[in-house]
Amino acid sequence: MNARLRALAATAASIPITLLGLVVVTFFIGRVVPIDPVLAVVGDRAPADVVARARVELGLDQPLLAQFWRYLTDILSGRLGRSVMTSNPVWEDIGRFFPATFELATLAILVAAVLGIGLGVLAATRQGSWVDQAVRVFCLAGHSLPIFVLGLVSLLVFYAWLGWLPGPGRQGVAYQDLVEPVTGLLTVDAAIAGDWDAFRDAWWHLIQPAGILAFFSLAYIARMTRAFMLAELGSEYVTTARAKGLSERRIVWRHAFRNTLVPLVTVLFLTYAGLLEGAVLTETIFAWPGIGQYLTVSLLNADMNAVLGATLVVGLIYVALNLLADLLYRLMDPRTR
Amino acid sequence: MIARRPLLAAAGAAVLPWDALIRAAHGQTPPGVLVMAKQIDDIITLDPAEAFEYSSGEICGNVYQKLTTTADGDPSRLAGNLAESWTASDDARTFTFTLRAGQKFASGREVTAEDVVYSLQRVVALNKSPAFIVNQFGFTRDNMAATIRATDPRTVVLTTAEPTATSFLLYCLSAAVGSVVEKATVSARAVGDDWGNGWLKTNSAGSGAYRLVSWRASEAVTLEANPNAASPAATRRIVMRHVADPSAQLLGLQRGDYDIARNLASDQIRGAQGDGRYAVVTQRKAGLLYVAMNQKHPILSKPPVRQAIKMAIDYEGIQRNIVPFNYAVHQAFLPEGMPGALTEKPFRQDIAAARRLMAEAGHADGFEIGFDFFSGPPVSDIAQALQANLAAIGIRPRMLPGEQRAVITKTRARGHELALLRWGSDYFDPHSNAEAFSMNPDNGDEARNKTLAWRSSWEIPELTARTVAAVKEVDTAKRVALYEALQRDHQQQSPFAVMLQDVEVAVARSGVRGLVIGVLNDRTNYAGIAKG
Repeated sequence: MNARLRALAATAASIPITLLGLVVVTFFIGRVVPIDPVLAVVGDRAPADVVARARVELGLDQPLLAQFWRYLTDILSGRLGRSVMTSNPVWEDIGRFFPATFELATLAILVAAVLGIGLGVLAATRQGSWVDQAVRVFCLAGHSLPIFVLGLVSLLVFYAWLGWLPGPGRQGVAYQDLVEPVTGLLTVDAAIAGDWDAFRDAWWHLIQPAGILAFFSLAYIARMTRAFMLAELGSEYVTTARAKGLSERRIVWRHAFRNTLVPLVTVLFLTYAGLLEGAVLTETIFAWPGIGQYLTVSLLNADMNAVLGATLVVGLIYVALNLLADLLYRLMDPRTR
Repeated sequence: MIARRPLLAAAGAAVLPWDALIRAAHGQTPPGVLVMAKQIDDIITLDPAEAFEYSSGEICGNVYQKLTTTADGDPSRLAGNLAESWTASDDARTFTFTLRAGQKFASGREVTAEDVVYSLQRVVALNKSPAFIVNQFGFTRDNMAATIRATDPRTVVLTTAEPTATSFLLYCLSAAVGSVVEKATVSARAVGDDWGNGWLKTNSAGSGAYRLVSWRASEAVTLEANPNAASPAATRRIVMRHVADPSAQLLGLQRGDYDIARNLASDQIRGAQGDGRYAVVTQRKAGLLYVAMNQKHPILSKPPVRQAIKMAIDYEGIQRNIVPFNYAVHQAFLPEGMPGALTEKPFRQDIAAARRLMAEAGHADGFEIGFDFFSGPPVSDIAQALQANLAAIGIRPRMLPGEQRAVITKTRARGHELALLRWGSDYFDPHSNAEAFSMNPDNGDEARNKTLAWRSSWEIPELTARTVAAVKEVDTAKRVALYEALQRDHQQQSPFAVMLQDVEVAVARSGVRGLVIGVLNDRTNYAGIAKG
């Protein structure tokens, strides 16, 4: 027990160090980017005195280390500053953009996990058959096709040609500004408001971008599941189980799959973390106002408060999910105890 | 016992009411609501005293009125907006404006001279990016109480520091920064010394055809018709959705989810032309694409080399093959549509003549040079074409693609050699571009005004003096003549190869009419848009 606590404490202690590293790297990268942050504030045409005043207001006239120290103390006091691009406090922006990504990523990972694990197990238990080949081709497509191509083709087929699914955006024009934001998750907010038309509309708009992200993720999950399952199915304990006369279903799901869960948890959590970072291309094609798009637009405009704030939040989520995966790993694998 | 398959089917049907969903997916914009797909992630504020981006200028132009404006259809003709009439004193320093009666803000309050004075004074006091358009007349925080004043509820008097051409002042006041905000509403929301700037970034208090309902950055802007507007808007509500991808804009237009698509690429516009389902609205804009040659570079500072570069460019071929719809060939610093614009095109590709000039300059074997440009299309495609054009006369450009702001940062620091750049006019007066392209009063590194001429280290005392003389000329016809002469000399002498002028193309569904695209963004007018 003491050893487990020590391991947990060591993991927890690494979090602030990781985050500090992230802040240091992001801050200094932001300062060496060949874009003058003042441009985002005053524009290209501003006379020298306006530029100089903005430089002072942003603290850019201070030595680099003094700027970093100021930023660090601001973060520790919970202040991420104000975004130049949106005029809002960065916390407020993250509170608006992140739920859009969260909603999309969560649906995508749920679909990807269910289908990916199912397909991976199916392929592994029918190794070499046409089913296995079909799953592998399907996964190859998911992995190799650029996501923007998938997005555009999906829009063309399901939206433009067939008219089954709605186009870009999180909601239809008819529902815009109708639902009061509570959680920022449109589906949840619509349900809270009891506006079931808006609820359906929000779900309907989720299908395409979440489907594309799920396809992309499930390809990886299915391949990994298949590989883990093949390793387990080739193990001696599986041969023993078969020799003892256990049913194939019991061998696959109770014994082999249960053991693959340990590495699979890491795969799932890391895939989810990747989705939560924001899928820039998917968000761009589907006009999805998520954290990826926010981060990209901010970066291209040298809106450094927004870049640093969003990176920090994304990093925090990544670290938290990693930690959770680590904890689950320890819980599920007795050898790590 | 319930069989599993029918149960799943029933559950599926309950969760997914397909008929309803498919109906919902079939887009048709609601009646009275016009949906526009546009790239609007450049908006950083909607306070007219601060807004200086393309999309924010357009929105401010529809939400606010100014003292003066330019006539739709004839942008070179000045017209009163809130002002009914104006007079200038004999010394051309005092300008008196009489307001129209009955102009109302969205709140229902009447627009008064006090509102106009408050609006102009807050521009001066806030001194944000576009403030120089107003401040160049000598208004400062210290003197604004005396130089910007109301003598009665319908009369505004402005006193400039120096004799000023009436047209220059009126054109500047017609810019978005000259928008009139409602004093009572804005001052009530002021926090500290911010003149209501914090509130007005995301709200509106204007007397234009529309009022701002909401702006969600990188997502959408919603406008609603101002019920008290002098000329009521034809459409009740306008929703502008941020759709970054032109293909997604086109698909939305085809499905009927969008009424107007504003950022289609050339091949998509070609497809829409001649298709009865769409109407194409085209307008030349006050934006230029040009090659800047830094005069700090010893070879580029040689006049024959500059001329050779101008003669090596295949202006027509680039326009025709790369940007047939989004740009037009233009070679003067005043874009067509602006007062005094010169439409002469003295340069066309002549490789033999360009080679002779290179030999004359002692560079018959050419030279290698850094070439900065924005890495996104179509600028990157044009840069590649230029690379081939320059190679034909022996110049070997080192291609340096970069993000737009990185390229601007570099040129502002005079760190470029050759650069392909874009410039948009700040306000509707020839001086806006003349100052940028042909004025460089201080070529030192710490100059206050880093004009485009300064950025290319082009020292031009004579042209600077002529540009100053042109802006001070009070006779409008003489002013225009001065600018025309200035442009002709600039075309031959300058280290700028002005190549192309922006053309904006909006594609609307066939039943949608009335969109007026302005030469400047703040002149784009939604008030007449109606859905058939």
